[in-house]
Amino acid sequence: MASKNKKKILGMDQDQFSMFLGKYGIGIILLGMVVIIAIVKPLFIKPNNLLNIFTQISINGLIAYGMCLAITTGGIDLTVGAQLALVSCILGQLVGVKGWGLLPACLVALLVSGGFGFLNGLLISKFNMFPFVVTLSTQLVVRSAAQIISSGKAVSMAEPAFKAIYSGKFGVIPRPIIYLAVVVVIMYIVMHWTRFGRYVYAVGGNEHAAIASGVSIFWTKTMCYTISGILAGLAGIIMTSKTGSAQSNIGIGYETDAVAACVLGGTSFAGGISTAPGVLLGAIIIGCIYNGMNFLKIDSYYQSLAKGVVIIGAVLLDMVMNKKNR
Amino acid sequence: MAENYILECSGISKAFGGTQALKDVQLHIRPGEVHALLGENGAGKSTLMKIIIGLYKQDEGSITWDGKPYQARGPVDAINQGISMIHQELNPEPHLSIADAIFLKRESTSFGGLLLNKREQNRRADEILKKFDFPFGAKTLMKELTLAQVQMIEIIKAVSCNAKLIIMDEPTSSLDSEETEHLFRTIRDLKSKGVSIIYISHRMEEIFEICDRVSVFRDGTYVNSRDMDGVTRDELISMMVGRNVKNIFPKVDCEIGETVFKVEGLTGKGFENISFEVRAGEILGLSGLVGSGRSETVRAIFGLDPLESGKIYLDGEEIKIKHPKDAIKRGICMVNEDRKGYGLCLQRSIRENISLPNLPKRQKGLILNQKREREECQEFAELLTVKCASIEHTGLSLSGGNQQKVVLAKWMMANPKVLILDEPTRGVDVGAKSDIHTLMCKFAARGMAVIMISSELPEVMGMSDRILIYHEGKLNGEIDRSEIVSGNVTQKHVLEKEFGGK
Repeated sequence: MASKNKKKILGMDQDQFSMFLGKYGIGIILLGMVVIIAIVKPLFIKPNNLLNIFTQISINGLIAYGMCLAITTGGIDLTVGAQLALVSCILGQLVGVKGWGLLPACLVALLVSGGFGFLNGLLISKFNMFPFVVTLSTQLVVRSAAQIISSGKAVSMAEPAFKAIYSGKFGVIPRPIIYLAVVVVIMYIVMHWTRFGRYVYAVGGNEHAAIASGVSIFWTKTMCYTISGILAGLAGIIMTSKTGSAQSNIGIGYETDAVAACVLGGTSFAGGISTAPGVLLGAIIIGCIYNGMNFLKIDSYYQSLAKGVVIIGAVLLDMVMNKKNR
Repeated sequence: MAENYILECSGISKAFGGTQALKDVQLHIRPGEVHALLGENGAGKSTLMKIIIGLYKQDEGSITWDGKPYQARGPVDAINQGISMIHQELNPEPHLSIADAIFLKRESTSFGGLLLNKREQNRRADEILKKFDFPFGAKTLMKELTLAQVQMIEIIKAVSCNAKLIIMDEPTSSLDSEETEHLFRTIRDLKSKGVSIIYISHRMEEIFEICDRVSVFRDGTYVNSRDMDGVTRDELISMMVGRNVKNIFPKVDCEIGETVFKVEGLTGKGFENISFEVRAGEILGLSGLVGSGRSETVRAIFGLDPLESGKIYLDGEEIKIKHPKDAIKRGICMVNEDRKGYGLCLQRSIRENISLPNLPKRQKGLILNQKREREECQEFAELLTVKCASIEHTGLSLSGGNQQKVVLAKWMMANPKVLILDEPTRGVDVGAKSDIHTLMCKFAARGMAVIMISSELPEVMGMSDRILIYHEGKLNGEIDRSEIVSGNVTQKHVLEKEFGGK
């Protein structure tokens, strides 16, 4: 029963328009932010600075994709920040102290971070423990492990080959952007084009229905947390290369930024709803807040404030939009 | 005719966006009558009820309650004015005691409202419970009650609020025959005390048994009101759908082949020593009271619950099922009785829901063949006449009947050898019900072995080639279709067996 005289907005009728807003509202917020900052400081949208922003968000971007999987299954992964520190310390000990080659050291580090991710998944899916509680606890274990193996001391990782992981360039493009791009593409395929991705959405959407459709909750969840661990491990390698030293006190609070990126990107905490492009947009918004505020010479003390306000605003907008859709 | 009405709704219209949910409808309720509200899903019954209890506000029209103009600001306001609604889906707070539940939002207090007066509240609750012969005390926790008892508490709560009108939305959808009888006794009792009841149900038998008058809605409009005396079932159905549905059970006899599926001595929680077999093209009905072990048996067969002992054979070969995925892999699929719980991921698209169990066969390497998936899902959605704008819409956009069709579509796409249907038409409107029955026959005609559970006796008897009757976890008799067709076995016989008779 469609009424004939619907208002048209931008060539779309009202329903389509609100669907469009619901889907791409976040992109519009981002655009608005960029335009405002660019008007005040035109340098902000110079290619150099844009490359900067993308380089800066690479670490958070990788973590956010793992976080997104966890949240989509109805959970959360709070270990990621500590995982960065553990990976950093493993690299410090293996490369800096024992003199291992870079590749085997990185592989071991990823194996360990993936292993902790697997452990998270196991505890959550096999023993039906709450993801928040499990990862809150393993986060302590992981952080402690980092401090134990490093004895709390920082190890210099100034070797050029290792530094190049972060600061190297591929043509004009900084390497971290390449890593991020590869991960985004892979995660897009995994989330939207594979059976595993569908299972993730089904488990998050309705666990009972997923079981009754033959989905193994155990494997789906465990894989999600394992992937999250591995992505956090990759982020840890990049982070260590960036700082040039292996330390056990890095990555504190990184889980917050990852969650923020997910939420801004339309990932629902109720589970079952998220998109790969959305998470990237979320990470970019966080990056723009940091970078833009530096540009505007706003005290860094205000950055968290801005982040908090933007997240609440974005989620509120999303709620209002989606309520209208229903 | 100057009639005395306690509730008069006239000229009510309500639109949501572009959809006209109600158009100039009326509903007149007399004091102390049980008034059935009948109509297919989407006919506007729920919308009108939500207007009456103040969840929505009508665009046009007026309501008179007890002789005065009435407009509820919300359910609490409606209760204060004497109108309570018992919702179809009860959401009891499991950790509350019965007394807490009854007096929620109007607790007995002491010290000027600062502290709860538990003792006084429990005393008052016990008093009321006694009046209703309720088998539990006021301190019992809600989680210990069955669904029927929770519902009874809701009714008791409504009465204790001095409700003069109680709206019951599908009150018997999760009750067995005995509990339904108990509910009916309570309804008659309330009626004799002058309480009016609006009774919404899809179950025609109940409406004939309990209701005094009936109003029929169709597509958001008011069709007619009639006294139940002198109206026939066919008349009501044709008022609802605007056409005559002569044969409500379109059972087609199809060729019955070899035994496909066999179970021997199945024992688990709620059932013991169950043995039966199903043949290709056969519809086997499992009948029995709620809780008699029917659903429990099929849940265990499908791998949702553990099996203590017993053997399952498929095509003569013994198989082990530990997880639904084992069952699905071997071609045993099940439509669960709990559509929201086990059926669909409502926030995902219709396409993703239909293809969920069918993904392994639809991928190239690791990547899904999405084009093929889309085409096949479209095909099955059309085959099952799912009414949707597009298969990319979410399950939330569908009515209950259409959600059920999506569940059926996903299992039909799996092309199983054995299809288990647990309450396939629960909460589904008449039109969709008939569609689903037709589909069941199509499944059987394709050579599937179909096992159907239903709490509606006419449905079991109308659709099954063979019926097994459960009583308290054990099989208590088997009936062949020929005996039903010949009239040797009637509903009464089946009911007697369900209650343990020989």
